[in-house]
Amino acid sequence: MNRVKRQIAPYLLVLPGGIWLLIFFAVPMVAMLSLSLQEGDIVHGYQFTGHWQTYTEAISAYQTQIYRSLIYGAITTIVLIAMAFPIAFWIAFYGGRRKSTYLFLVLLPFFVSFVLRTISWRQILTDEGPLLSPLRDAGLIGQSFHILGTPFAVIGGLVYNFLPFMVLPIYVALERIDPRVVEAARDLYANPITTFRRVIFPLALPGVFAGVLMTFVPASSDFVNSEVLGSSDTTMIGQVIQAQFLDNSDYPTASALSFVLMLVLLIGVFTYARILGTEDVMKVAAR
Amino acid sequence: MTTPQHSAVRARTSPAAGAPAIEFVGVNKNYLSHGETVPAVKRTDLAIAQGEFFSLLGPSGCGKTTTMRMIAGFEEPTAGKVYLDGEDVTGVSANKRDVNMVFQSYALFPHLNTHQNVAFGLERKKVAKSEINRRVGEILEIVSLTGMEKRSPKEMSGGQQQRVALARALVNRPRALLLDEPLGALDLKLRQQMQIELKRIQREVGITFVYVTHDQGEALTMSDRIAVMNAGVIEQLGSPRQIYERPASRFVAGFIGTSNIVEGHVDRVEGGLALLSYTTQDRVVVPAGSPVRQGDKLEVSIRPEKIDLHRGVPPVQSTGGSVLSGTVTEVVYHGTSTNYTVATAAGADFTVFDQNASNADDLADRGDRVYLTWAPQHSYLIGD
Repeated sequence: MNRVKRQIAPYLLVLPGGIWLLIFFAVPMVAMLSLSLQEGDIVHGYQFTGHWQTYTEAISAYQTQIYRSLIYGAITTIVLIAMAFPIAFWIAFYGGRRKSTYLFLVLLPFFVSFVLRTISWRQILTDEGPLLSPLRDAGLIGQSFHILGTPFAVIGGLVYNFLPFMVLPIYVALERIDPRVVEAARDLYANPITTFRRVIFPLALPGVFAGVLMTFVPASSDFVNSEVLGSSDTTMIGQVIQAQFLDNSDYPTASALSFVLMLVLLIGVFTYARILGTEDVMKVAAR
Repeated sequence: MTTPQHSAVRARTSPAAGAPAIEFVGVNKNYLSHGETVPAVKRTDLAIAQGEFFSLLGPSGCGKTTTMRMIAGFEEPTAGKVYLDGEDVTGVSANKRDVNMVFQSYALFPHLNTHQNVAFGLERKKVAKSEINRRVGEILEIVSLTGMEKRSPKEMSGGQQQRVALARALVNRPRALLLDEPLGALDLKLRQQMQIELKRIQREVGITFVYVTHDQGEALTMSDRIAVMNAGVIEQLGSPRQIYERPASRFVAGFIGTSNIVEGHVDRVEGGLALLSYTTQDRVVVPAGSPVRQGDKLEVSIRPEKIDLHRGVPPVQSTGGSVLSGTVTEVVYHGTSTNYTVATAAGADFTVFDQNASNADDLADRGDRVYLTWAPQHSYLIGD
């Protein structure tokens, strides 16, 4: 009796989360998949017809936005690595007793709503805002110089909003490095640069890997930054999906686009994990 | 198993032959803690000879690790100079010093396999690949790890990781090998095995070993010379025998093995022997090297195995040695010996190791009245 209990205990523990996932993930997924294969309109209702052409139509209509989203996501991720690594490195190795304070500061903007934060960037970056108007008055930039509405503003917003998701995993990886291992490298004639290249960076790669997963996916499917900081030239696929759902009530197209985006991201992430799986990353770096 | 041609691993002859392998001149090291200056190592002069097995022994916080880290270049002295083979290396960073370290926790590179770990230093020195492979192979043979080249540290036992750490340092043929409590994480059996192994390797490669430990037994069995440190100061520097038989301070006497320490005032000085009386028959006789006068207060140390325990029978007074009466308060049977704790007339509790050579029938019991005697040469005047 006791043995049976012990054997089913793990499954009982998984139950709440499992039920949650079933109701709020699996069911909507199936519902959406079905929706993407339906035809009709909001007034007369939708019928399941297996109309897969919605997919090809949606892809050809919005492939620019899909590509743009992936490129923005990729650039955002690369900029994030470049920015987050020094921050995480500094906190992990030079933070001293104030490490938690610095981590808290990295997280601090998150106590303000996502949308509100992005809107406040709009105030800062607007043509009449505190950044551009003094520069224009000083004659440093021309009358036609804008930041708002450019890809630069959108990617800047994405980087700003996802920074902690890159900093934290890299920090955790760096924090786990035994300082003696770093000393051992120094002891074995490695100068600071070689020590970083051959020991610290390879050991931090699992953190970078996790950070990429945590930022590339949400950045590519983001629908707020481009809406608030961009223009029609920076429209991302997330915005399109949102508009199809909420403005045009074209549920099948919106669902189809969601699935396309999900599939593209999944393929991207799996390819990435395949090529640069944690273990392999180490081996590449060790060479 | 090990082949004799270890020429590749043997330390090269030093450029400044005759100079000590490692020398400290007036070295001081202070730390800043909460705005206060805390001395870790106080004015230290030290010379470690070529090819010596030298131990830094002391309790935690005594400054032994700081001393070693100053040799490695991880810490810089606040004042004074550090020389390696007669060359001033003060201020030279760790990667430019020709010494290597074996860390307490091994500190192997977790992302590299055994071969890559061991080859790390040689690669930094831009040694040719074929030469690296040859030397790594050779050193792995010396530490008995041949065939483990492709294993990663986490796939190996503590003892094996220890050997990799040793090989990783030795393969560079450093001027000195620094070992920071390298056996601390191993269990007793493996520890004893590695002690013998380390001695053998040191003999084979002929490199100066500097060994940091808080384990006095380890230091006594392995070292050519030992520096006993306490509170940032070297209390005594000498051979294991000197340190055990002739402790220079009360601290050394207490830290190395077991010592009975008894205090008293000099009653009489006769023929180089000072006599400390407690009662008419209780007395301690100690050879006085430096001149002592009547009334001087002395501290005398006696090793527990030098003392004879007599059960109830007052010993012959004519031996001219020390006699203390007392009561047994504790008896611990150890197989080869029996350890007694005796409350003596001199006021101090004495520990006595009595070899169980004869029939164990004459064991004293708790509460028995006993007499302790020992020859004058077994009393040692602390600080003499």
